[in-house]
Amino acid sequence: MSLKLFEGFRFTGKRTPIHRMDPRPKLLIASSIFLLSILFTNIIVLLILLIAQLPLIYLAKSLRRWSNSLRGGAVLATLIFIMNFLTGSTLVFSLSMTLRFLVLISAFSLFFLTTSPDDLGLVLERLHLPYTLSFTFTTAVRLVPTVALEAQTIVDAQRSRGLELDRGNIIERLRRHIPILIPLIVSAIRRSTELAEALESRAFGSCENRESLITLSMKWTDYFVAIATIIILLVGIFVRLWIPLPSLDESIRLPSIWV
Amino acid sequence: MIEVKGLYFSYDGNEVLHNINITIHDGEFIAIMGENGAGKTTLIKHFNGLLKPSKGEVLIDGVSTREATVASLSRKVGLVFQNPDHQLFSETVFQEVAFSMRNYGYPEETIRRRVNFILETLDLRSYAETSPFMLSGGERKRVALASILVSDPKHIVLDEPTIGQDHQQKEKLKNFIVQMNTQGRTVIIVTHDVEFVVECRPKVILLSKGSILAEGSYDEILSDEDLVRRASLVPPQIGLLMSSLRDLGFNPATLDVYQAKSAIEKRLLSNVSKTL
Ligand SMILES: Nc1ncnc2c1ncn2[C@@H]1O[C@H](COP(=O)(O)OP(=O)(O)OP(=O)(O)O)[C@@H](O)[C@H]1O
Ligand SMILES: [Mg+2]
Repeated sequence: MSLKLFEGFRFTGKRTPIHRMDPRPKLLIASSIFLLSILFTNIIVLLILLIAQLPLIYLAKSLRRWSNSLRGGAVLATLIFIMNFLTGSTLVFSLSMTLRFLVLISAFSLFFLTTSPDDLGLVLERLHLPYTLSFTFTTAVRLVPTVALEAQTIVDAQRSRGLELDRGNIIERLRRHIPILIPLIVSAIRRSTELAEALESRAFGSCENRESLITLSMKWTDYFVAIATIIILLVGIFVRLWIPLPSLDESIRLPSIWV
Repeated sequence: MIEVKGLYFSYDGNEVLHNINITIHDGEFIAIMGENGAGKTTLIKHFNGLLKPSKGEVLIDGVSTREATVASLSRKVGLVFQNPDHQLFSETVFQEVAFSMRNYGYPEETIRRRVNFILETLDLRSYAETSPFMLSGGERKRVALASILVSDPKHIVLDEPTIGQDHQQKEKLKNFIVQMNTQGRTVIIVTHDVEFVVECRPKVILLSKGSILAEGSYDEILSDEDLVRRASLVPPQIGLLMSSLRDLGFNPATLDVYQAKSAIEKRLLSNVSKTL
């Protein structure tokens, strides 16, 4: 079920070193993995990027949720693979692209699983994003579980009316999702209007300079992690620019009649 | 017949239903009551196979819900959800109500006849060509109801049917539900509305914290103040009145306005005749 995808990005408060970490180095880790996975197409590097996250996820006691996010992304990952392979890419390259997608999902899943929306808001404020923007973003993150639960209820309600989502070919299946999407969109619009009204009646944005009750502070471990991440990132960039890596590309591809 | 045998259910390791055993015979009228979060919605989602038991089983007319698809079960068990906004999506009320019939593959002629009939019955005829999103909350709720009842399922399960309905619509809804029940349909309603239950006179199943607290006729259960409070409910007004007059010899299990009236009338008349 694709709803599993949401589960894999939803913050759950736990007492682990990763959860306690300052959100900034965590964001740095996720962004560095993101950058490295974009820089490299080499399958071994991408594999390392994925596996290197495992200890962190284990430390954060979030293996099950993390695997949910990967399973949720499996459909899209398969699609990416098929599209690449069918359009004439080699087998290894198609696999790399799929892996890159999984690395991205995994990195941000780790970040969102262990960072509360409040922390996220503080980070965005520190980055001097306008408050309305950072508020919008954190609210969106906060609403993900609610929307996921709502989507499940909508699926249940429509199945109770005889809707079978997994019947027919791809086009037919997509068409069968219309009764799910419309109520979901309508209720999202309704909710955002209500939220806007509630915010305005509580004087949102009336004051230019907000002060925050909680301020972020980095411990020495946070500095250590941040510096280590930056070094790894720099090494990665160095390798990408100046050191040729062995390619596993065996040029296995579909015969050209497919192309 | 709906049989629930030793049903346990957990959401992600969090057990919300513990050892539920219920047998609901064809043509019975049941009200499931209990506090918020008691597990009522979770329980009824087992009746058409949306949820499968973690342990135990649910049999619909002898078939385990594990062995049937939701689509096939939903033809027998019509389940109407709490919030109509979770299912309205069509351009017109007519299309909305016809949706399930189309899924079940009925011929267009039958669909038109059935949809028009159900719209008439639920006072929605004049909205047939209106967008369901333009309707009021109570009307949307009735459209959701119509969209399930249109295919005439043998067992009807309604989650909080009276929410947002004005008194007149509630009265119509009651009459309609009672009528379906007398025509032989099994009716199961989930509700917090004690007064509505008193008017419908169903068998009551009290659910609390995921377990069955009590099961019995509505007057037996709802006049038991202790039981009712444990399920976060308040006894019906007439029940409270009669039980406060218990010392004068009134029966606290009288919940119905007319029964109460005749009991009080009888007492008053006998007092009058005594004084004469
Ligand atoms: N999809 C879900 N995932 C996880 N937990 C859930 C889910 N749905 C319900 N629960 C939990 O299961 C319990 C029972 O919920 P349920 O919706 O069945 O209660 P209810 O009796 O219908 O309550 P209400 O009167 O408010 O409608 C609650 O504690 C709820 O938080
Ligand atoms: Mg409920």
